[in-house]
Amino acid sequence: MARVNSPKELEGLRQQILSERDPNKPCIAICAGIGCLACGAAKVVTVFKQEVEKQGLKLDVDIKETGCPGFCERGPIVVIYPEEICYLQVQPEDVPEIISQTIKEKKVIDRLLYIDPTTGEKSTYESEIPFYKNQHRLLIGQNIKIDPRSIDDYIALGGYKALAKALCAMTPEQVMEEVDKANLRGRGGGGFPAGAKWKTTRDAPGEPKYVIVNADEGDPGAFMDRSLLEGNPHSVIEGLVIGAYAIGSHEGFVYVRQEYPLAVENINIAIKQAGEYGLLGKNILGSGFDFVIDVHRGAGAFVSGESSALMTAIEGRVGEPRPKYIRTAVSGVWDKPSNLNNVETWANVPLIIDRGADWFRSIGTEGSKGTKIFSLVGKVNNTGLVEVPMGVTLRSIIYDIGGGIPGGKKFKAVQTGGPSGGMIPEQYLDASVDFDELTKLDSMMGSGGMIVMDEDTCVVDVARYFIDFLCDESCGKCVPCREGLKHMREILNDIVGGRGKQGDIELLEGLSRVMKKASLCALGQTAPNPVLTTINYFRDEYEAHIEEKRCPALVCKELISYHIDPDKCKACMICGRECPVSAISGGKGLIHIIDQEKCTRCGTCFDVCPTRFRAVKKISGEPVPAPVPEAERVLVRGNK
Amino acid sequence: MAGKVESQELDLTKLDKILSRYEGQDDALISVLQGVQAEFGWVPQGAIEHIADAFQISPGEVYGVLTFYEQFYLTPRGRNTIRVCRGTACHVRGTNANLRTVERTLGIKEGGTTNDFKFSLETVACLGTCFLAPVMMVNRNYYGKLTPDKVETILKQYD
Ligand SMILES: Cc1cc2nc3c(=O)[nH]c(=O)nc-3n(C[C@H](O)[C@H](O)[C@H](O)COP(=O)(O)O)c2cc1C
Ligand code: SF4
Ligand code: SF4
Ligand code: FES
Ligand code: FES
Repeated sequence: MARVNSPKELEGLRQQILSERDPNKPCIAICAGIGCLACGAAKVVTVFKQEVEKQGLKLDVDIKETGCPGFCERGPIVVIYPEEICYLQVQPEDVPEIISQTIKEKKVIDRLLYIDPTTGEKSTYESEIPFYKNQHRLLIGQNIKIDPRSIDDYIALGGYKALAKALCAMTPEQVMEEVDKANLRGRGGGGFPAGAKWKTTRDAPGEPKYVIVNADEGDPGAFMDRSLLEGNPHSVIEGLVIGAYAIGSHEGFVYVRQEYPLAVENINIAIKQAGEYGLLGKNILGSGFDFVIDVHRGAGAFVSGESSALMTAIEGRVGEPRPKYIRTAVSGVWDKPSNLNNVETWANVPLIIDRGADWFRSIGTEGSKGTKIFSLVGKVNNTGLVEVPMGVTLRSIIYDIGGGIPGGKKFKAVQTGGPSGGMIPEQYLDASVDFDELTKLDSMMGSGGMIVMDEDTCVVDVARYFIDFLCDESCGKCVPCREGLKHMREILNDIVGGRGKQGDIELLEGLSRVMKKASLCALGQTAPNPVLTTINYFRDEYEAHIEEKRCPALVCKELISYHIDPDKCKACMICGRECPVSAISGGKGLIHIIDQEKCTRCGTCFDVCPTRFRAVKKISGEPVPAPVPEAERVLVRGNK
Repeated sequence: MAGKVESQELDLTKLDKILSRYEGQDDALISVLQGVQAEFGWVPQGAIEHIADAFQISPGEVYGVLTFYEQFYLTPRGRNTIRVCRGTACHVRGTNANLRTVERTLGIKEGGTTNDFKFSLETVACLGTCFLAPVMMVNRNYYGKLTPDKVETILKQYD
């Protein structure tokens, strides 16, 4: 690769790449994100390559492995260009037909299209699928067009143009002003204005200054940053270099979660390629600006995503937070001014520089500009990554994009902000996605986890789940967080275990207040949110657990009893065999009965009773029906 | 059992090779430990002391790092590693029943290894494939939309 020495040469390179590509040549783009790989995309790619060869089309068709377009649940996803036909859940067996029908004959294969479960309507193109139609995909929209390991793909679509503009046509101050004016707020959780943070680092005394990408993504249930880093790593690099230029930094770090090997691989390849073109390194694009990037792998601790902890981890020490009397923007890595932003925050920067702050400000709400990527998961029909303009309502995300709740169940709550956020109930579904509005509901935007829960989810159990998670993840350095979480865990365990007492709710509220005020880092300060919001919005469920020893959602193990419905039991004997404490009496042709005294409520019988029978029932807060009398236990063949 | 594996003798040349890759880098402790784990599958006691010497810190400090992060193992592992996701998305979609099934089938608890070293069982905070919830991984393979009976079939495929 030849070095690119000026914006003009970059544009020349782009033209050259485009001229070597025939826009009418068929191209098969296969998503090779982790989601699709998990569903067998690698095999699909191999078979496509073999089949193209076999059908003598090797020179006439391009095959591209791309990043994740978001609809991971329906993977492996294949898009055929130039028509942009979108096939879902493609299996190796489908490949020969795709080549012979769609590539050769230009015929669409109906069975592989998206079919609307309610209307039965088929969508041929990506843009028609309701899941995508209601999104505004500025950041992830290009993923399916780009091979993340090909810098040329990125440049062909205008990549690094913003960098050229910033470095060669703008002063660092102008870049800073533009980002400030755009009111880009941090996508990693807090929504702190990026421009203001950048300025702090720029103005802080001390050299060198560092810029850092936070790709720790510890929120369990979220994978936005992973998809960006895996699917379009150059957009993050470009944003980082632009920021570094504005701040006056010449060295950057990308801190990636250990669990994301593909992201580490792709970002490393991208850095190498950018270096070869001279888009990283010395004298970038002939501007005189130097910048290098180093990739660090996190080692799997949630708290390491916190800014001061992350910086200690970069120094190679245990990633624990420290008190931030002095902010990391002023004194971070090796006590030097260090500016940390989330992956998605950085990826927005090239867009702002390229199209201008005014354009960016035209998207979103008064206080929250641009788009936000969410990982929409849980009890919702269409799960995956969704990117929406700020200001869209939660309802629209869950119902228009997500397609509502599966199995005709009732919506109960949606959790935003991960373990630091809160559960938002039905009556606030029309709240819009906006930093300030979600905070008003005692939740927060967070990094983008959005977990939908239905009537079968117990909110007390989920609150306990988060506290449990945070208890394990608290670094233990400060007392309010360490002890507060432990105490909360005990109380919540008591409540879900049927040992809840009067006054427990108030105690939880009191502990929450102390933790919010006195904890060292945001982990402890925000940890009570899941508990507080559930108490606030679902107090009756807490009371049912405490006063009636009843779990309304039939989740909390110690508050439910298992009972075999005599009308449904077919005497298959499986449960009797599997029950670890031999609490089930039965035998050939006999309706099975659980001995409530012996039963440990492990749930095995419920799990193993074949779905076609579903004879084992959960009961909570009411007495278990008396067992069928001995005389009626014999199953009469053909009768039942 | 652990003693037996320990006595297979730690190959110090392999360890030194890893250390030499990061020579002179004070910030490389975690990278070295990651390298050791990749090489040996766990971090043996002998390696800890050797690494502490190389970094001129106390073994206690190395322990501190090792125990802080979940990815490091201080005991030998089974040939296959099962990782059941306990993330939020998986939790609300019923991952606990799957975890129970793995534990029951293999007779081990989370964090344990079967006596024949066939399986080690871990739980993780999120596998990043939440749209497949509930998910578990065996080695590098993902299994999504799991139910207890699927779990049993999957476990049978490994040796
Ligand atoms: C316990 C804890 C974990 C965090 N984890 C992450 C994370 O995984 N990714 C992230 O971008 N920010 C995380 N943050 C927020 C960071 O501290 C920091 O605010 C953010 O990276 C700044 O970037 P932004 O302004 O672009 O959002 C975490 C904060 C806390 C308190
Ligand atoms: S819940 Fe567990 S202990 Fe009780 S009957 Fe069913 S299998 Fe046996
Ligand atoms: S598994 Fe279900 S159907 Fe079979 S014996 Fe038990 S309760 Fe009856
Ligand atoms: S990984 Fe393929 S669509 Fe997300
Ligand atoms: S919550 Fe299980 S994969 Fe994310």
